[in-house]
Amino acid sequence: MESVTTSPITELRKTALNAEHRRLGAKMVNFGGWDMPVEYPATGGLVAEHKAVRSAVGLFDVSHMGDIRIRSGRVSGGALAAVQHISMNDASKLAIGQAHYSAMLYPEGTFVDDVIVHRLGEDDYLLVINAGTREKDINWVRENTKGFDCVVEELSDAYTQLAIQGPRAQELLQKLTDANLGVIKNYWFTHGTVCGLKDTLIARTGYTGEDGFEIYVRSDAATSAMVWNKLLEAGREFGILACGLGARNTLRLESKMALYGHEISDKINVWEAGLDRYCKMEKGDFIGRAALERAKAAGLTRALVGLEMVDRGIARDEYCCCNESGEVIGVVTSGSPSPTLCKNIALAYVPPAMTELGTPIYVQIRSQKCKAQVVATPFYRRPKKTVAPQATANV
Amino acid sequence: MAYPANYRYTKEHEWVDVKSDVAAIGITDYAQHELGDVVFVELPKVGAKIEAGKTFGTVESVKAVSDIYAPASGEVVEANEVLHNTPEKINTDPHGEGWLIKVRLANPAEISGLMDTAAYEAYIASQSKEASA
Repeated sequence: MESVTTSPITELRKTALNAEHRRLGAKMVNFGGWDMPVEYPATGGLVAEHKAVRSAVGLFDVSHMGDIRIRSGRVSGGALAAVQHISMNDASKLAIGQAHYSAMLYPEGTFVDDVIVHRLGEDDYLLVINAGTREKDINWVRENTKGFDCVVEELSDAYTQLAIQGPRAQELLQKLTDANLGVIKNYWFTHGTVCGLKDTLIARTGYTGEDGFEIYVRSDAATSAMVWNKLLEAGREFGILACGLGARNTLRLESKMALYGHEISDKINVWEAGLDRYCKMEKGDFIGRAALERAKAAGLTRALVGLEMVDRGIARDEYCCCNESGEVIGVVTSGSPSPTLCKNIALAYVPPAMTELGTPIYVQIRSQKCKAQVVATPFYRRPKKTVAPQATANV
Repeated sequence: MAYPANYRYTKEHEWVDVKSDVAAIGITDYAQHELGDVVFVELPKVGAKIEAGKTFGTVESVKAVSDIYAPASGEVVEANEVLHNTPEKINTDPHGEGWLIKVRLANPAEISGLMDTAAYEAYIASQSKEASA
């Protein structure tokens, strides 16, 4: 047996919680240069973690994510103008305390990175970016905001970012904060005291397809460990599990949330990725807009679809997709068994003519062509919240 | 989990249990632990020839695909069909019910080149040390 993931052990970056992960017996991997927990075998491992998030609550250390703050310079409006220029969603629609999904694009209309933009104040924005693209992103943001009256600051190392995800996330976090979590809408945030830490940013965001929160606390090891352990302790009654990047990936895949380097990259444009609803062409000019206009006029050459395996076999990242006669017509961007659906699912780029639901697609798995079919996405959608859960036996 | 004293082991973490000229082959407890929850197994058909050092199948967890290397050459006389529906037996009983295939050995002398239990235990101890360094 030979494991596919081999990681050089030296010079990996560590989050402030590295010792906590090791104490819990986590299996650690090199993720984009970071020494991160992929799963915690001692508490059941990936599948148990995935299920905990879907049915109760899970806790993730996502401190490897980067943070960029953009504030106006001398005159109000500079930060907004800069954010509008470098990202595709319409940040002018954000109220203070609101966040949205967006992306930073190259002039070609392809992805620098996807990003969550938070409006912290009148002239104050926080962009949360990916770990593997941190340096590239910050350099790109600095370069492309030069002409604007704004101050760009990298805060990545200042924060430990924790994700508390699952249907019991609110109940759990409410035990540890004075902020009224019930009034925070999805993709909104507030500041409150969490575990005694004043003015903690609490956002109703996540990367799992479940309800949940992401909180940002000081990144020193003692503070980080204190919050981490209080969350695990307070979550025990709900069956909380510490969750690794393995479950984070299967959860986001079931919910069809893009992963940089897979569904989105510097070779893939917004229309191909199907992220149209986060791209506001009418907001005015932004980097990548002109290319996207041309791309729209030219028409798509490929589109992202959801696949479900019909034959026995698991489609994996980068496996080829073929048509019935065996010609290569596309590629799998992410593929995995789905712990929630107990099916083997995948996202893949295929020609637009092959995106109809039910279209057979053949995935080249080692020496075999295994049949799959195009299915509706997201693969999993969380149940709608019911006002009185006991009154509606929703089966 | 104990490593059976009468088995022989490879550096790629397969085990071999030889009974006269037929060898049962599986992956070790160390291997299943590294892999995590096994969800899929692909094995050769009865009659297939396998060659020492070459891959003969794959074991997949949610996260990873692992090739399985043949510890010895021979012809497959039985594949553990039970694993199709219950691949998790590789996790729960890797040295027993989780066996993968049985092979009629072409060259039983190949077995003597494999590690015995003490050597394998020393080998995985050195591997774990490396991983946590």
